Amino acid sequence: MKPASLSSSLAIAALALAACATSKVNMSTTAPSPDPRVGLRAGWMNAAEAAWNVRLVSTTPPSPDFINRSTPGDFQFINSDLSFTGPYVFQGNFSGVQVWDISNPRRPRLHKTFVCPGSQSDVSVYRKLLFVSGEALNGRTDCGTQGVTDTVSHDRLRGIRIFDITDIANPRHITDVQTCRGSHTHTVVTSPTDTANVYIYVSGSAPVRSPNELAGCSDAPPDSNPNSALFRIEVIQVPLAHPEQARIVSSPRIFQDLAVPARHGEAPEDAAAFRRSVDSARTHGGFVATVGDGQVVILGPGFIRGQLDSLVKARGGTGAATAADTATLRTNLQEIVTRRVEANRRRQGPPTGPTQCHDITVYPAIGLAGGACGGYGLLLDIRDVANPKRIAAVADSNFSFWHSATFNNDGTKILFTDEWGGGLQPRCRVTDKPEWGADAIFNLAGTTMTFKSYYKLPAPQTPNENCVAHNGTLIPIPGRDIMAQGWYQGGISVFDWSDPAHPKEIAFFDRGPMDSTKLVGAGSWSAYWYNGYIVSSEISRGLDIFELEPSGFLSQNEIDAAKLVHFDYLNAQDQQQLVWPASFVVARAYLDQLARSNGLAPDKLAAARSALARAERLSGQQRRDALQPLATQLSNDAQGSADQPKLRTLAAAILDLANTR
Amino acid sequence: MTAMASTLLACSTATRQAPAADVRPAYTAADVHFVAGMIGHHAQAIQMASWAPSHGASGSVRVLCERIVVAQNDEIAFAQRWLREHNEFVPPADPRGHLMPGMDQPMLMPGMLTPEQMAQLDAARGAEFDRLFLTFMIQHHQGAITMVEQLLRAPGAAQDGPVFRFAADVNADQTTEISRMNRMLDALKRSPL
Repeated sequence: MKPASLSSSLAIAALALAACATSKVNMSTTAPSPDPRVGLRAGWMNAAEAAWNVRLVSTTPPSPDFINRSTPGDFQFINSDLSFTGPYVFQGNFSGVQVWDISNPRRPRLHKTFVCPGSQSDVSVYRKLLFVSGEALNGRTDCGTQGVTDTVSHDRLRGIRIFDITDIANPRHITDVQTCRGSHTHTVVTSPTDTANVYIYVSGSAPVRSPNELAGCSDAPPDSNPNSALFRIEVIQVPLAHPEQARIVSSPRIFQDLAVPARHGEAPEDAAAFRRSVDSARTHGGFVATVGDGQVVILGPGFIRGQLDSLVKARGGTGAATAADTATLRTNLQEIVTRRVEANRRRQGPPTGPTQCHDITVYPAIGLAGGACGGYGLLLDIRDVANPKRIAAVADSNFSFWHSATFNNDGTKILFTDEWGGGLQPRCRVTDKPEWGADAIFNLAGTTMTFKSYYKLPAPQTPNENCVAHNGTLIPIPGRDIMAQGWYQGGISVFDWSDPAHPKEIAFFDRGPMDSTKLVGAGSWSAYWYNGYIVSSEISRGLDIFELEPSGFLSQNEIDAAKLVHFDYLNAQDQQQLVWPASFVVARAYLDQLARSNGLAPDKLAAARSALARAERLSGQQRRDALQPLATQLSNDAQGSADQPKLRTLAAAILDLANTR
Repeated sequence: MTAMASTLLACSTATRQAPAADVRPAYTAADVHFVAGMIGHHAQAIQMASWAPSHGASGSVRVLCERIVVAQNDEIAFAQRWLREHNEFVPPADPRGHLMPGMDQPMLMPGMLTPEQMAQLDAARGAEFDRLFLTFMIQHHQGAITMVEQLLRAPGAAQDGPVFRFAADVNADQTTEISRMNRMLDALKRSPL
């Protein structure tokens, strides 16, 4: 994979812009109240809109072949996921793919459409190849629109379609790789050590097809048929020199022996009552032990009596247990319980875990993937790309259906989404709990994921708006974890999860419902940052493009620094490491963050700002001579700062700048 | 898998075709039966789950029940909407089963509890309610998956986008929930400790 690199022309343009964009900035750090997202007028193309710290640059309705003007929200023309290459956006649709040229984000131009029904049309682009997911029963290998009415048919396509897009205006169908459960989503994976191939992880969540349609498909449990299509993902290898030879090379059973209990299940009053009873048992001589995963149990009188009786028998005694017997039991209790739990586990066999993943996000730069799989969030080691291995798993009883994953850039956090209800249901009503259908944020250290908090769209939506956590990406603000995310008809939410325990919304966009009388599907399927803009696939309204606006939460310098990161292409589920070039605007972005966190005294901050501005006006050796002492000064200031890591990062960024020739 | 390199795809000429709306596949009687049958099926799950607070269910079962009530109410609303939009009969959300016009007795859809099983569950309290609820709800959910399988075996069925999506969501969500309930049931069985 090619890491994000600097486009020098873009950088120069951004720097020039930064120099003159200092006035008229809204510095408010208070969300508008009442929330303007509540009570928006309904409508298809004319719904009322609310925006905060983000500006809608353009909305482009679907092209004529991908809209039914007489039926708002026609399910057949749902816009789905996005993929990017150069100036082009590939927008999946349940009826095919539309390609937009967004060289001018104010006026996206339709470049190409191809009609090819079969939901969900999840799309990815890699070099000259386009991959499209097919899952539904009506998808045909010839892309015909007539559907497939036979229950068993070799015309049916469920799996991955592969196209050559050397000439995007004339895509050439190369081959299909059919899979037993079709492809709900897929993830393109690149290997740092295997550059001759690209890999695709296929997640299929629909029922298994007949073996008469695709040989070898079986939905029997794996213990009766080891080739069961359940409880596995598929890995397709695509040889880049011969993509027509693409084939499934492995079907890893990454769920084997998965037995993590769901947490957060208890109501708070239950948990508190239980803690009180454990404390009381401990105080009053009760018997308490731990069963796997730190779960504490109070052992009942029947169990204790039985154990004491066997102790009495073991010493050849009769009658009641003595104080010595009780003491022996206390000493050995934990061991007995552990043995018993283990025996139970063996007797009942390994729990089978989920049968599939919904989506997998890979981060090849750190060799990890986050798998959102049924009732679990998995951490996978993908260094051997064709054979991903599970290295950790979390379950959460507030999570219904683990949908997708996003790592922060440092790989120290992972965010999972819960697509409770599958995306067609209205799960952001005032009555829906904030921890349901939300994001869950975990700290990530080695193979340990530690839950920190939930994040849910903070504005209630009507029962006529499908709404739940959905697709998003990081926005490359240096030094912060900021993400844009689509919430279907909940709109787009931009939030800061740098502090994983206290995620906070910093910008949003929303429209009123499609219809004020009934639920008609629409909204943002995915909202992805791509080279300076947030591009959103609106299910029924087309393609939206947004630009961030500075606020008290996000400075112009931070936005300009984000715009320095340039992607040649982007598949959101193949996370690329964000790398910022040495630049004055990045240093100023860090200074703005220090001002916000009070990490540097105001006088020092002002001095650093003017030293930086002076250095920027110099060049060559003079500039270096100005920057080096500034870096040293800031390193020294770090000693007493409340925000030491940020000051060190800033000092390093200035040193980089000094060393740039 | 086919290896037919350099075949020009129909897609690349498809832009000259009429929009797909003109030739959309019709829905079948099996689609209607599936969507309508799910209304009574879900209505029973909601009744079962609504007993949790009054029948002494544990915290984790109560949370599960609360979610089942929300989820299945929304899916009933979807089913009613779909039937109405297609001018089909919309059966009442009757927890006793699927009611068709002219039928006296409701029909039990796959996995649904018999009146005796419902009475048994209604009579249970505390840990016994938890155990029975999980056992019966697993049976109930498995029935929904059976309904999806029956739908997909019917010729021409699930060509309609919303019906396929609904069926696939029911399949994925209920499989996940069965796995969760199995773990909860396992935990209950281990509690003789």
